[in-house]
Amino acid sequence: MQVNQTNSLPAHPEKATLEGKNKILGFWFFIGSDVVLFASLFGTYLGLKGSTQGGPGPQDLFHLEYVALMTFILLLSSMTSVLGIKAMQRNDFARMQLWFWITILLGLAFLGLEIYEFYQFVVHEGLGYTTSAFASAFYTLLGFHGAHVTFGVLWFATLLIRSRTQGINTYTAPKFYVASLYWHFVDVVWVFVFTLVYLMGKVG
Amino acid sequence: MSTHAVGQSHVSTAEPKAGFGSVLWDWLTTVDHKKIGKMYFSAGFFFFLLGGIEAILIRLQLMYPENTLVSGSTFNELITMHGTTMIFFAAMPLLFGLMNVIVPLQIGARDVAFPFLNALGFWLFLFGGILLNLSWFMGGAPDAGWTAYAPLSTQYSGSGLDFYVLGLQISGAGTLISGINFLVTILNMRAPGMTLMRMPMFTWTTFIASALIVFAFPPLTAGLFLLMFERIFDAQFFNVAGGGNVIIWQHLFWIFGHPEVYILVLPAFGIISEVISTFSKKRLFGYTSMVFATILIGFIGFMVWAHHMFTVGMGPVANALFAVATMAIAVPTGIKIFNWLFTMWGGRIQMTTAMLFCLGFLPTFVMGGVTGVMLAAAPANYQYHDSYFVVAHFHYTIIGGVVLGLFAGIYYWWPKMFNKKLNETLGKWMFWLFLIGFHLTFFIQHFLGLQGMPRRVFTYLEGLGLETGNFISTVGALLMGVATILFVINVIYTHLRADLAEADPWDGRTLEWATKTPIPEYNFAQTPKVRGLDPLFVEKTKGNGKIIPAEPLGPIHMPNPSILPFIMAFALFIAGFGFCLHSFYESNVIPFTIAGVGIAGTLLCMFLRSVIEDHGHHIEPHDEGMDKGVGA
Repeated sequence: MQVNQTNSLPAHPEKATLEGKNKILGFWFFIGSDVVLFASLFGTYLGLKGSTQGGPGPQDLFHLEYVALMTFILLLSSMTSVLGIKAMQRNDFARMQLWFWITILLGLAFLGLEIYEFYQFVVHEGLGYTTSAFASAFYTLLGFHGAHVTFGVLWFATLLIRSRTQGINTYTAPKFYVASLYWHFVDVVWVFVFTLVYLMGKVG
Repeated sequence: MSTHAVGQSHVSTAEPKAGFGSVLWDWLTTVDHKKIGKMYFSAGFFFFLLGGIEAILIRLQLMYPENTLVSGSTFNELITMHGTTMIFFAAMPLLFGLMNVIVPLQIGARDVAFPFLNALGFWLFLFGGILLNLSWFMGGAPDAGWTAYAPLSTQYSGSGLDFYVLGLQISGAGTLISGINFLVTILNMRAPGMTLMRMPMFTWTTFIASALIVFAFPPLTAGLFLLMFERIFDAQFFNVAGGGNVIIWQHLFWIFGHPEVYILVLPAFGIISEVISTFSKKRLFGYTSMVFATILIGFIGFMVWAHHMFTVGMGPVANALFAVATMAIAVPTGIKIFNWLFTMWGGRIQMTTAMLFCLGFLPTFVMGGVTGVMLAAAPANYQYHDSYFVVAHFHYTIIGGVVLGLFAGIYYWWPKMFNKKLNETLGKWMFWLFLIGFHLTFFIQHFLGLQGMPRRVFTYLEGLGLETGNFISTVGALLMGVATILFVINVIYTHLRADLAEADPWDGRTLEWATKTPIPEYNFAQTPKVRGLDPLFVEKTKGNGKIIPAEPLGPIHMPNPSILPFIMAFALFIAGFGFCLHSFYESNVIPFTIAGVGIAGTLLCMFLRSVIEDHGHHIEPHDEGMDKGVGA
C-alpha cells in the first residue's frame, strides 16, 4: 500500500481511520480483561502466600535491591516506548525505531534478570514449582507476567521488522500504538507485582 | 461463492452451481458476520441436541428407583457433560449466532469491527467443543460436575477433566474475542443518528452481555489454568497437603459463573423486548428504564457470586451481604417484567410462534426468579442446598429464560437468517409440547427437592415417596425431546418447501428488516440514516417507508476471506489435545511435543497474520442489485 513518508501525516495517525480507532478501543477492552486475569492470579497468590509448608518463603527468597533493579529497567522501558510513540506522532520513523529497539533490549534485560532469579530460587534456595502452594502461586503469577513480557518483545520485534520499509502511515501507526499500550500495561502489572509480592513479602 | 468476486469479474456468478470443495472452502474462510452467525447457530444447535440426549439419558436413569440403565460413573459423566455442553456449547453459541447475524444489521453496519477475529472466535469455540467431546472416546468424559470443584476435579477424577479444562480454555478464548468484537462494533460502527439511546434492546443487551464476557471470562481462564497446572504439572493450589486451598477454585469459578447467567439471559431479555414490541404493534414501554435495568443487572450480577457458596462456611456477615445483593437483582428484573406487560397492554397482539414463546417466557421466568429469592435467603439455603429444588430453580431460569427466549428469537429472525419463514403450525405444536414438557419436568422437581432428593446422585431407593415425581419428570423430559424433534422437522420442511420470505415479514420496526432478502454481503448499499428509536417504524409512519441513506452510493470496502482463523484454532486444538495426552503416557515427552507443535503453529499463524498485508477489497456500485437505495 501507499507509503506515507511525507509531512501530510495527521496529528494522531493511530486514530485517523475507523480501523485504527476500532483496534485501539478493542485493545483497551482486552487490557480490561487481562486486568481481571491478573487480579485473579494476584488473589490466588495473596491467598496462598503464607502456605510455604516449611519450604522457603518470601523472607528467605527476595532481595529487594535485585528486584529494584528489575523494576527500574522495566519502568525505563515504558518511558522509551513513550518516546517511540512521540517520535511516531512527529513522523520521525528512524527515531521511533531506535526507541522501540531500546525498549526491546530493556525488556530482554528484564527477562534475563527474571530467569536468573528463578534459577537461583530453584537451584540454590530449593523452591521448585511443586514445593508448596506458595511456590506454585508465585511462579504462576510471575510466570504469567514474564510470558506477557516475552510476547511483548516478540510483538515489537515483529512489527519493527515487518514495517521497516513502510514507515509511519495510518495503517502502521495503530499497530505501533497498540503494541506500546500493551507494553505499558505489562509494566503496570509489574508495579503491582513489586508491591504485593516483593515489598509485602519482605516488609508486609 | 459469487459474492466475493463482485466488482472484479462476473465469472463466478455465471457458474451454474459451485462444487462441494469450493462451497466448503467458502465457509472455512468466510469472515462475513452473517455466515459466521449461521455457523455459530448450526454448531450450537448440534451441541444442543447432544446435551439434550444427555439430559434424556439422565432422566431415563432416574425414571425408576434403583434403575440400572447407566452406571454411577456414567451418570457422573452425563451430568457433567450435559451442564457443560448446554451452557458453553449450546446456549452461548446459539445466542452468538443470533447476535452475529442481527446486531450489525440493527445498528446499520456493514460488518463487525474485526471480521477476522469474528471467524477466529467461532473456530475456537467449535474446536473447544470438539476437544471436550473427544473425551467420550478417550478414557471417559469429565465426571466432576460442570462446576469441577477441587479437589474432586484434581485428585479423584480421570483423564476426562483434562478435556474439560482445555476444551473450555480454547472455546473461552473464542468467547472473549467475540465479546470484545461486539463491544467495539456497537460503540464504533453505528450508523449516523443511531445514538446509544436509540439502539434496539437486543443490541443493548448484546452490548452489556459482551461487557460481562470481557470481565467475567478471565477469572475462569485463570481458574482453568490453575486446574491445568495442578493436573499436569502437580502444582499445589488446591492440594491441602501442600498448603493449597480448595475454596479458591470455587471463588474463581463463581466470579465467572454468576455473571455467566446474565451473559446468557440478558440477550434473551433483548429478544423478548424486540418480539413483544413487534407483535404488540407498539414501541417498547419504558425503553429508557429497560436500558438502565439491563446495565444495573449486569453490574449487580458481578457482586453476588458467593451466593453459590453459602454453605461453604464464609460466616454470617459474608452470607448476609451476598444474600442482600442477590435479592437486589429482583428489582431491575421486575422493572423489565412490568415493562413487557405494559408493552402488551392495549397493543394489537399477534399470536405468532415467536410471540407465544415470549408469553410462555414471562410466567416461567418469574417462577425461576421467585425460587431464586428463596435460595438467596442464606439460612433457608442450607435446607435447599444440593437438592433438586436447586435443579428446578436453575432450569426455570435457564430454560424458562434463555431457551424460551432463544426460540422466540429463532422463529422471529429465521427469515433474516435463512431467508425463509418457519412453519407456524408446526411451530405452535412445538411450543405447546415444549412448554408443557418443561413444566412437567421441572415443576415437580421443586417438591422432590423439598422432600430431600439430592442432586448429582444416580439413583434413589424405593419407598421414599420419590417414585411418582421422578416418573412424571422423565415423561416431561421426553415431551421436550419430541418438541425438539418437531423443530428439526420444521427446519427440514421449511427448507424443502417454502419460497423466499418477504424482506419484512412481520412488519418490523428495527433496521434489520430494512435489508433485502437474501441479505447482500455488504448488508446496506448505503449506510442508513437513523431518525429515531425503531428507525424503520419511524420511516413507515413519517417517511415513505424507506430508510434514508446517509451517504452517496460508492465503492464498498469489504474484508477478504482468510483460512488463517481455521488453522489457528486447529493448531490450538492440537496443543490442547497434546496436553490431554499426559495421563496416557508414562513420560511427558510425547504429549508435550504435540502440545509444543500446536503452540508453535498458533504463534506461526499469529506471525503470518501480522506480516501478510491484507487491505480487503472493494465492491463497485455498478452491481445491478445495488441501486435500490439502502435496502429493501
